[in-house]
Amino acid sequence: MKIGRMKIGIVCPYTWNVPGGVQQHIGDLAEALIAHGHDVSVMTPADDDARLPPYVVSAGRAVPVPYNGSVARLAFGFRSAGRVRRWIREGGFDVLHVHEPAAPSLGLLACWAADGPIVGTFHASYVRSRALSVMSPVLSSALEKITGRIAVSEAARTSLVEHLGGDAVLIPNGVATERYAMAEPLPGWPGRAASAEADPSVPRGDGGALGFLGRMDEPRKGLDVLLRAFEILGRRRPGLRLLIAGPGDADDVTARVSPELRDRVVVLGLVSEEDKVRAYHSVDVFVAPNLGGESFGIVLAEAMSAGAPILASDIEAFERVLRGGRAGALFPAGDHEALAAAAGELLDDPARRKQLSAEARAAVRAYDWSAVARDVLRVYETVTLGGAGVVESGLGA
Amino acid sequence: MYDWIIDVLFWVAVVFLVAVYVSWRATRLDRLHVRVETARAALDAALVRRAAAALELAASRLLDPAASLVLATAAHEARTADADNREFAESDLSRALRAVVDQPEFVGTLTADGAGEGAAMLDELSSSAAKVAYARRFYNDAVAQARIARRKPLIRILPLAGRAPLPDFFEIDDDPPGI
Repeated sequence: MKIGRMKIGIVCPYTWNVPGGVQQHIGDLAEALIAHGHDVSVMTPADDDARLPPYVVSAGRAVPVPYNGSVARLAFGFRSAGRVRRWIREGGFDVLHVHEPAAPSLGLLACWAADGPIVGTFHASYVRSRALSVMSPVLSSALEKITGRIAVSEAARTSLVEHLGGDAVLIPNGVATERYAMAEPLPGWPGRAASAEADPSVPRGDGGALGFLGRMDEPRKGLDVLLRAFEILGRRRPGLRLLIAGPGDADDVTARVSPELRDRVVVLGLVSEEDKVRAYHSVDVFVAPNLGGESFGIVLAEAMSAGAPILASDIEAFERVLRGGRAGALFPAGDHEALAAAAGELLDDPARRKQLSAEARAAVRAYDWSAVARDVLRVYETVTLGGAGVVESGLGA
Repeated sequence: MYDWIIDVLFWVAVVFLVAVYVSWRATRLDRLHVRVETARAALDAALVRRAAAALELAASRLLDPAASLVLATAAHEARTADADNREFAESDLSRALRAVVDQPEFVGTLTADGAGEGAAMLDELSSSAAKVAYARRFYNDAVAQARIARRKPLIRILPLAGRAPLPDFFEIDDDPPGI
């Protein structure tokens, strides 16, 4: 029973041209669904002069309002409701897919305006706000219409079950692997392609480079373990350098490195998306020294997509993603001496690095958006089994 | 002088608002019941489809006869179980599928034959097993919400639920095989 082309209506609650996780998720999902051969229309708030992809329909501008302790840009009111209603009436969708339906924006309006198979994806985990309980009958009468709920993380699922009851299936975010596949190394860094020109302003080493990406001031990301390992390795290998990127205070990190090693530790701080990709391509070994608390490790998946040889702590999530060590070397979490030893071995063994890189690229395909889209399509097929599509709901229902 | 008119109008308005509210609640409850039924139909369809996929694999002559027999028996039991034993039989089918498919080299061997017959069957099996898990979540989600709604005081006092029975959860082991 292969189903044919589906007409899918997706609703985004936040302004399309403002960068954000939900918008990114919807864009990647929509493109993967289109690549699977389906008809996708995305309704979203957008600024009037925003350049939108062809599958996106604007619901007008979102208004900044204080909501839940911060200022959020949301689309609501009669005008937005009218546009959503018309889009649903004219769309003739087989399934409606609403994102973040509990936010007082387009998603909620769409649930209100439609009847039929509705899938809802919950992204954030939120604490119960007072407004949510005051408005509860209104909110729940709209949310009750969702026939298939998806949570993107275990945390989102737990909070959904706590606040709204019921259950949801877990389909995590995908990784846009091809976005990371190719990039020039950062200037002055040799990279694995060895094509970059030397830049005299950056101290150039020929002893290889280690990389780290993540919040520098968050202890669980394990930067401390890596810095302590570098104290050992850096002394043993005079040319070795360490590239660190991520939000946090750069001076604070440099202060934790011994003075004689400082010129070989390069702290970039928060980098652009483009430079992040280049950073993955600039290092010989990418280190993920996390101490725990990762459910998936998006950073790891990005590094795998870039084909970086990976050395990661053996926490459960990483072991699973790295296929028990085949797609990346593992060391005991928190053990800086083991990290130093394993990194040394990898730096001395180009053949093994090449093999890890190839295995990582293959393993990360299971987390690609195309695999996520396949799972989401299975959800669509499950909720549309009755055959009736999405119709405009009577007012007040 | 016309105080009684005001009073009458007031009470008419109250009765009207209460009626609107009760009818809104009844509509919501009715929608929840419809949702439970639709979700149940989808779950039944998903279970039938999974059993069919298991039977097809069992009958394909790509498996060894013992594995074939295990799968065919479990699929047949799941199809013919009565309401009381349905959940046990479906759980058994999940376990049989995992026992067969999770053998070392199983997926590799089945996809190795050039014709792609084995790969297509595994594809169908993996898709139908995933859909059983999804459909069961969605059904239990609908049941949970219908049950919460049925416990509300208004619904218990007024016969808004009609004769619709209180729906039951469907609890099985539905972990899919690792394809």
